[in-house]
This record gives sequence, C-alpha cells and structure tokens, in this order.
Amino acid sequence: MSEKIKFTIDGKECFADKGKNIVEAAKANGIYIPTLCHLEGIEAAGSCRICNVKINGKFMTACTTEVADGIIVENNTPEIQELRKIIVETLFVSGNHYCAVCEKSGNCDLQALAYRYKMLVPRFPFEFEKKEVDAYSSKLYLDRNRCILCKRCVRSIKTKDGKSIFAIKGRGYKAMINIDYELANKMTEEEARKAMDTCPVGCIIRKEIGYITPIGQRKYDKKPIGSEIEEPVTK
Amino acid sequence: MSSQIQSIVEKYGNDATRLMDILILITKEKGCVDSNNITEIANQLNISQVDVEQTLSFYHFFSEQPRGKYTIYLNNSLVAYMMGRAEVAEAFEKATGTKFGSVSNDGLFGLYDTSCIGMNDQEPAVIINGVIFPKVTTFRVRELITAFRAGKSAQEVVNSYGGGQNQSLLIKSMVTNNLNRRGPVIFSDYKPGDSLKKMASLNSKEVIEVIKNSNLRGRGGAGFPTGIKWEFCTKSEGDEKYLLCNADEGEPGTFKDRVILTELPHLLFEGMIIAGYAIGAKEGILYLRMEYEYLKDHLEFNLDEFRKKGWLGKNVAGIEGFNYDIRIQFGAGAYICGEESALIESCEGKRGEPRNRPPFPVQVGYLDKPTVVNNVETLCSVVKILLNGAEWYNTMGTIETTGTKLLSISGDIRYPGVFEIEWGMTIREMLEMAGAINPLAVQVGGPSGRLVGENEFDRTICYEDLPTGGAMIVIGEQRNIPDVVKYFTEFFIDESCGSCVPCRYLTVILRNKLQKIIDGKGVISDIDDLVNWGKQMKIANRCGLGQTAANPILSSIENFRPEYEAIIEKGKDFGTTFNLEAAIQESCREVGRFPLA
Repeated sequence: MSEKIKFTIDGKECFADKGKNIVEAAKANGIYIPTLCHLEGIEAAGSCRICNVKINGKFMTACTTEVADGIIVENNTPEIQELRKIIVETLFVSGNHYCAVCEKSGNCDLQALAYRYKMLVPRFPFEFEKKEVDAYSSKLYLDRNRCILCKRCVRSIKTKDGKSIFAIKGRGYKAMINIDYELANKMTEEEARKAMDTCPVGCIIRKEIGYITPIGQRKYDKKPIGSEIEEPVTK
Repeated sequence: MSSQIQSIVEKYGNDATRLMDILILITKEKGCVDSNNITEIANQLNISQVDVEQTLSFYHFFSEQPRGKYTIYLNNSLVAYMMGRAEVAEAFEKATGTKFGSVSNDGLFGLYDTSCIGMNDQEPAVIINGVIFPKVTTFRVRELITAFRAGKSAQEVVNSYGGGQNQSLLIKSMVTNNLNRRGPVIFSDYKPGDSLKKMASLNSKEVIEVIKNSNLRGRGGAGFPTGIKWEFCTKSEGDEKYLLCNADEGEPGTFKDRVILTELPHLLFEGMIIAGYAIGAKEGILYLRMEYEYLKDHLEFNLDEFRKKGWLGKNVAGIEGFNYDIRIQFGAGAYICGEESALIESCEGKRGEPRNRPPFPVQVGYLDKPTVVNNVETLCSVVKILLNGAEWYNTMGTIETTGTKLLSISGDIRYPGVFEIEWGMTIREMLEMAGAINPLAVQVGGPSGRLVGENEFDRTICYEDLPTGGAMIVIGEQRNIPDVVKYFTEFFIDESCGSCVPCRYLTVILRNKLQKIIDGKGVISDIDDLVNWGKQMKIANRCGLGQTAANPILSSIENFRPEYEAIIEKGKDFGTTFNLEAAIQESCREVGRFPLA
C-alpha cells in the first residue's frame, strides 16, 4: 500500500501518496499549480518553469520535484504569481500568437493562463520573430509561430519501435520544433489526433480537419484553466 | 549507402551514444554533415533523422552546409574586441570577399564568429581549420588569406611556436602559455608517478579521507567539496561508475586549463586515475572542448605513455583488479556543456541540455551510472594533496577555501596570463600583480560572475567573500560599461540551450532593452525594468547559465548605475525620440500614399 505523506501548501495541510510530484500532489488536495510543459504520465521536463514554487524557501519546479514529508510549499504568493505572469508574457512575445485566428483558441493552455494571470498586453515589446510554418508532412502541419518549445510532443509521441517523430533543432532562441516527415506520414489518424491534443498551444495542427467544436464551446471557453482542480474544494 | 559514413558509424560500434564522435569525424572528413549523411547515420544507428539533427544543430562547430575549404572562426569575446577584433574582422571580410556567417562564392573561405576560444591572453585569436592563430593583426590577415589562396594549409602558415610544450612536435602551435606565476600546488615541481605509488599504498576510502580532510573544493566555480562528492558516488548503488573530467573551459576569460593541458597533462591524468580509484570507476573520460583540438595528439601521446608504464589499463599501478583507462571525448562548441549534467548529455551523444536535479550525477550520471564530474584544476590539486598531505594543503588559503587558485587574467593589463595564487588575495592586490592599467572594473568569474568596481576592490578572492572559477577580465577606465554588459548578455543569448523559457528569451528582451539605453533612447524606468526583469532570471531557470545570465546587468547597475543614468533621457517618463515619419516611411512607400505635409 502506498504511504501517505503530510506537507503544506500556502499553510494548508495536505496529504499525498509517496512518489507523486508536487503538481500531482497539489492537485489531489484541490490546489492548482499551472503547467505548460508537464503532461501527466510522461517524464517531467521542467523547461517552461511556470510551475515554479518555493519549497522550504527555495525555488524549484513542482513537476520535477517529488513530494516529501514535512515540506513547506509556497504557491500562491505575489512573488511567484509575478514570475508566472512574466513567463506567460515572455512566451507571448517570443512567438506570434494571434488567438483570434487560431484553431486551438479555447483549447489553448497558454491563452487560458494569460486569462488566469489577467494579462491584457505583455509588458515586453513584441519582436515579431520570423518563424517558419512546416506543412510538408501529410497529416500534420507545424505552425512554429505558436510553438512554446515545451517538448511534450518530443517526449510523448513516438513510433511503435520507440523512434522520435518530433525533436528540437538548433539552440537558444533559434531553437525550433522539427518533425520527421517519413515517420509522421506513417502515423495513424488516431496518433495524429493525439499529437495535436498533446500540444498545449496551436503549433501541431491536424490537416484538413478543423473547427469541429465551434469557438465559444471549447474547454476553456466554458471554465477557466485550473477550475476543474480548484472548484470541488471551494464549493 | 555510402561506405564512408557506414564505416565511420561502425567505427563507433553503431552506438548512438557516440553520435558526437560520429559527427565530429564526418565533419573532419567531409567539411559538413549534409542531409544525405543525416539519413545514412539515422538508418545505420536505427534512430530517427530528427534525433541526429537535434544533436547536429546544437553545436556551433557542426553544420549541414559546407563551411568553406578554410573555415575561419574568429573569437568574439569582449577581450577580443578590446584588443582590436573589429578591424581584424573587417580585414577578413575584405580579404576573403565574404561576410561573417557565410562562405565565399568560390567556396574557399567560411567566416564565422565564435564564443571565447580560451585565448583571452593573446587576442584577437582565430581558429582556422583547427589551427589557432593568436595575436592576429590586419597585416597578418592579408598574409594568411594570400597564402591560403596559394594553396597552403593552415598548419603550413604557422610562423612561430609558443614556448614550452607548444613548440613540441606533437603540438607545434603559436599559442603561448603566459604562465606568469607558479604557485605551490598546481605548478610546483613533482615527480610523475609518485602519487600513484602513494595511491597504491592506500585503499579507496583512505584516499577519499585525505581529500576530505584537505577541504578541497571544486575549481569550476561552484565550489562543492570534492571529497564529499566522491563519497556520495561511492555510496550510490551500482558497480559501474564513471569519472568525467570537465575540460570544457567555456567561461569567457578563462584559459588556465589550456596551460595545464599543455604543460602538465601527466599531472591531470594522475589526478583522473586517483579519482577513478577513489570512486571505483570503470573508465575516465576527458571532456575536451573542440577549441583545444590542437592538443589532441599531445594528450593521446601522454595517455599512451601511461599505458606503457602500466598506469592505465589492467591492474593500474600494480593494484590487483583496478582496471581503468581514459578516453578523450570532444565537445563541438557549446558553453553550456561546461555544466556537469549538460556535459554528461553531450558525452552520450545528445544535445547539451542540463538535466533536472535530483537525481544528481553522483547518483544517476553518464549512461545513467553514478558519475563524478571534476574540473581539470581540481584533479590536478588532488595529486599534490595526496603527495603532500591534507595538513600541508590546509596551511594555504583561507579558512573555508584552502589551497591555491589559478586565475586567468586578461583585459586592460600589462601581463595577461595565468597566475597561481593562494586564496584570500584582494582584487586590488590582483590588479597590481597583473599590472592593471587604470582599472575601472573587474568581471570576476567571467560573465556569469560579478562586475565589481573600485568600491569592491578590497574584497578577497575566496568562497567566503568573492568566489570565482578564475576568469578575471580587467576593464580599463576608457571602456563603456553598458557596452561591456551588452557583449556579455549576447554571449548568454548565443549559448543558451533554449530549454528554459526565461533563459531562452528573457535574455533577448533584456539585450534589446539594453540596446535601447545604449542608443540613447532609454528613460529611467528602462533601468528599473532591467533590474526587475533581470532578477527573475536568478530564480526562474534550471541551471547556472540561466540563473547567472543577468548577472552582468544586475551587478553593473548595482555598481555603475551613474554610467547608465548618464546616457538616458533625463527627466522624462517615456522616450521622446521616436520618429513617426521615419517609422511609417516603408509602409507609405508600399501603398504609395504619403501624409499631407
């Protein structure tokens, strides 16, 4: 049987199973810690940095840190909220995000987090970096204007024999998502759909099929991000 | 399938973790790794093409396109600029007929910028087809290009040899050591092999005990106690362990390891053997930056000598069952690979992206086995500590920082070079020692360190006060601080692995803001923005590079705020220099309509 661990988040006493990371442990206690690169069930990357919390006074990413007995987690403090908002705003200016014409609007985690952190306009100047759209593969196209380099696809979308379909190319601010055409063309309908759903933004888009659910009726159109975790407790 | 690529991949056992070696060898033989090569490598290794491309595209010295018969990498470190890089760069462009970042039409010359190549004491320096040309002048540029046009090889136009081993048959390099001060530890005289005899008389636990008692701390900059690191590794499960030596030396302004590798490779290898023995390692790997490839034959020769003496191989130094060898793993141009977990990733043929911690490398390291990563200087210190004892070592330095430190001092000084000092020297004494000329500031520990001014010159160099990996860049009073800070910030932009959001792009935002101020368009709130945004870097990023990338901005504003205030628009809340007419000109031209006068 799994062992229960006791810890606190923002002073609230919490319990979690041993081996859980702090994002999951918080969730089990009705506390939402935002994530972009993290996806339950795959190895944590800790690269978007938005799940930064303070653990015993030290900044650490909640997705990469296992819950431990007696730890004191700070999550909802002005300092941390400010950092998260800065990360969202940095992502907005480092790409070209036009929600109004994006197939993922309403299903986009970045857009939903911008609402959560009440971003009206990024504090940073837009740079309008030129990004290339890649539509060579038969089922998917990559709109790199929207990619936030979370590597969810890199980590989770593989062929049956374990080969990568997606990987990063280049480094630093020039890094971009890259797709293996040959392997991508062999994806099934279901796998292609999964790739699109894995993407937290509107970078990986299924070709030929679109806007099946009208804008206005999508996931975050109905309820803000995080509410599915926070609501049961507040009610 | 081209048999050339096939045989190269086979040479490394069709092993994807040796992808770095494969790409290095193909680059060497064909000048680049083109898309056909990528397909062949992927097929042969049974991995996808994007996995080959992700490694290939990460490293500065790899390319998918040819980079010219003569590939010219001109250092773009701050000190290179101080020493006249701009006119040298112009001379290269003029003589080759091509611009930086491109190859000449005839395919003869490729011109590229590159981050600090470890020659800050002899700038401007350039690497051409692996050969280092230090102290380059415009005259020399023309001479070199003329010789290349006449078909000479890079090695053929080497016209002097540096001192010491630089002039040996195995190096034959123009690089000079500039070893300006020998200290009592690293550069003291010793008899090669004695430490191994001493080692053979002790068990591994006793060796660790000596190092722990010496209070030796890692010399790469972080200062973690070496003996404790070793002990952690021995306590990790698994009988396969690795010792990696970090000779990536990428911090702009550092070049001490270059001198050790040139003059004392045997000292380093002895240190690697002792560390390997202490932790029970199966193999030692020297991770060497590509910029130092000119030392390869020299280092390999020394390793062979060790093997002949029975100091590497089976039953090392006569110790039954201690089977241990050392191999050299080259990097390919990535500062971040000096971070220990990124270094491990690179050794495994991957992108040099730092790992999340925990687990620490001593638990899960190279090939997921417990691994110790130590700096070159650390391992050299180990040899002398074992020979002379922990007590001897503790008599030097300060209370918390024992022993000596190699400083790489460059910039506006009369005697650039390597100085071995006891920890505890003040910055002021250091400046006097190196013959500083009207110093305005010192960048302590390279760009990731701290920019200190006169108000901090009495601070002491040690972990209790002003820690450093040893790079000291002296900035004279004729220099402009915001410009200096911009160079450093651009370095971090170029060298970010791109994994963490703030390091990948907040650095770009900070640089642009800095440029705005330098262009005279800043206002007081722009300085505050730099501080407030810069602070986020420290808390938000995973590794030391990202956490320290805003240090030059933050410490310079702390110590030299008037230098920024002097160039902003005074008394204004917002910039007033925006020229609307100029900004809309292009659009006006496009649509063919202009505002009424």
